[in-house]
Amino acid sequence: MTALIKATDLRRTYTAGRSQWFRRSKNFHAVDGISVTIQRGETLGIVGESGCGKSTLAKLITGLIQANNGSVLFDGTETTNLGDAAWRDLRRRIQMVYQDAAGSLDGRMTVRAQVEEPLHIHGLPLDAAERALEAVGLAGPMAQRYPHEMSGGQLQRIVIARALALEPEVLVLDEPVSALDVSIQAQIVNLLVDLQRDRGLAYVFVSHDLGVVRHIADRIAVMYLGRIVEEAPKDAFYAGPLHPYSKALLAAVPKPDPSLRRTSAPRIGDPPNPVAPPAGCRFHPRCPLATAQCQTEAPALRAFGDRRAACHLIEDVA
Amino acid sequence: MRWMTIKTLRAALTMWLVVTFVFFVLRLSGDPTDVLLPDDVDQATRNFYRAKWGLDRPIWDQYFSYWTALFQGDFGVSFRNNLDAFDLVWERVPKTLLLTLTATAIAILIGVPMGILAALYRDSWVDRLVMSLAVFGFSMPNFFLGILLILLFSLNLRWLPSSGSETWWHLIMPALTLGTGFAASLARYTRSSMIDVLSKPYMRTARSKGAGPGLRVRAHALPNAAVPVVTILGFRFGDLLGWAVVTETVFAWPGIGRLLTNAVASRDLAVVQCIMIILAFTMVLANMIVDLIYGWLDPRVRVGAGTQSR
Repeated sequence: MTALIKATDLRRTYTAGRSQWFRRSKNFHAVDGISVTIQRGETLGIVGESGCGKSTLAKLITGLIQANNGSVLFDGTETTNLGDAAWRDLRRRIQMVYQDAAGSLDGRMTVRAQVEEPLHIHGLPLDAAERALEAVGLAGPMAQRYPHEMSGGQLQRIVIARALALEPEVLVLDEPVSALDVSIQAQIVNLLVDLQRDRGLAYVFVSHDLGVVRHIADRIAVMYLGRIVEEAPKDAFYAGPLHPYSKALLAAVPKPDPSLRRTSAPRIGDPPNPVAPPAGCRFHPRCPLATAQCQTEAPALRAFGDRRAACHLIEDVA
Repeated sequence: MRWMTIKTLRAALTMWLVVTFVFFVLRLSGDPTDVLLPDDVDQATRNFYRAKWGLDRPIWDQYFSYWTALFQGDFGVSFRNNLDAFDLVWERVPKTLLLTLTATAIAILIGVPMGILAALYRDSWVDRLVMSLAVFGFSMPNFFLGILLILLFSLNLRWLPSSGSETWWHLIMPALTLGTGFAASLARYTRSSMIDVLSKPYMRTARSKGAGPGLRVRAHALPNAAVPVVTILGFRFGDLLGWAVVTETVFAWPGIGRLLTNAVASRDLAVVQCIMIILAFTMVLANMIVDLIYGWLDPRVRVGAGTQSR
């Protein structure tokens, strides 16, 4: 079976600052050689700190920005060189959900009109909107409201309903719950889990919150400065990650257990400037285990059973 | 309903302030008989006219009788020709309306599309061209632009008449003069409003829904960008009436603006007061209309639509 999405060696460069007379603009690689696959019906969780290129990767997969290099196969079709018109047809099958639900809705339209709009665009029967609204529990009179009359959690459900209306095969969710209260986060995550079970959707779930990702992802990919440093099935990952960066991230997740004494998580400081990433392994300035090799030689992403990791020291540590 | 009541009360307060202010300022600025009567007139004649116009009575007395008359629809008579001030002004109103509305139409038809184009092709040569024209447009004083147009089209090319209002040809230059500055400021407001809206997350969402560029602009960008532009349109309509005074004088356009200049010069108090009241009333009305359109454009400020609880 072909993978639903297969991205190979994706690269995207941004320009930092304008070039001026005596200063050339600097490029930085927001996404620097990433390969991932997503199977039908599975959830890939993409985690990492702010600025590591998670959102850029999501936009590359959905074709909202152009890749400088690499390819994305959607169900076997190359999408990186598709024209705008062909992409618009594909959008039926790939939908996005963003963090800022209130912002991604047009304040001038009722939420029903906004859920119906993608169906109008693609010339599909409108009853799919009602089904999508029912699926998120906001059918009926609620749908006649305007966005400003609804709460944050309701708005995010509307955004999900709008994405679902087209009955896509994959939802790319970029920090879909980070702006919500914890109790509402749980509601949304449970809703997403139910929808996946009922409709066989695949999710790309981008988040900086390992705690949330744990509830929904089948596989986890950890990004650091534009690269994937580790990718593993969820259970294996949470049982014991391979990469020192993954370990640091997991150790930083607060545990809701008051009997645990507050053990100090290893403090690894702030990420380096992405415009001038460190030589060798990009993580070495923050890595407690770094050796001379790490400072000069970038580690490749190697397979360890059903997981992958990019670190010179895995054999030594594990 | 409550909203309408508040708006109306506020409008009434504004009108009261305007009438009061104009009344006192005009009377503090000198005795009209100095200007209206010949210099060598004797004191008895002077007193006769002061008594006839009520200028010999205490100012409070004059103020209250002015209000009493106003409520009876009596705006007083012109000191110059004894005609009813309101009739004098009212017969000029259509000309001024014609001029300002044509100028507004020109401003909307030129300014708004230019602003939209500049925003859509931001930082390109289109944007730079439009913005340069806009700076030129609103930096150019009305009287100067008017004189330049007269020089070019009336004196050199002899295409258009330089003064009067007899034919539609007469309308072209005054309306252009008045509309240019307005079009320029509208273009700038439209541009910044569009740029603001285009960067909103729902525009990106529209793209990921599969909406093409044309539909994205029509369905989401334009309606949202229209909200601040309509507000400005309402405010600027008031300014336009002010600019019309100058433009009408330059082109000898027989509207209330030119009447006002003449009436002020000759201290024709009743006429000046009447014009100020009509101008103020128009501005208040324009603002109320903007509020109504605003509610229609933006459901967040829609009033009386039964705000539901969360």
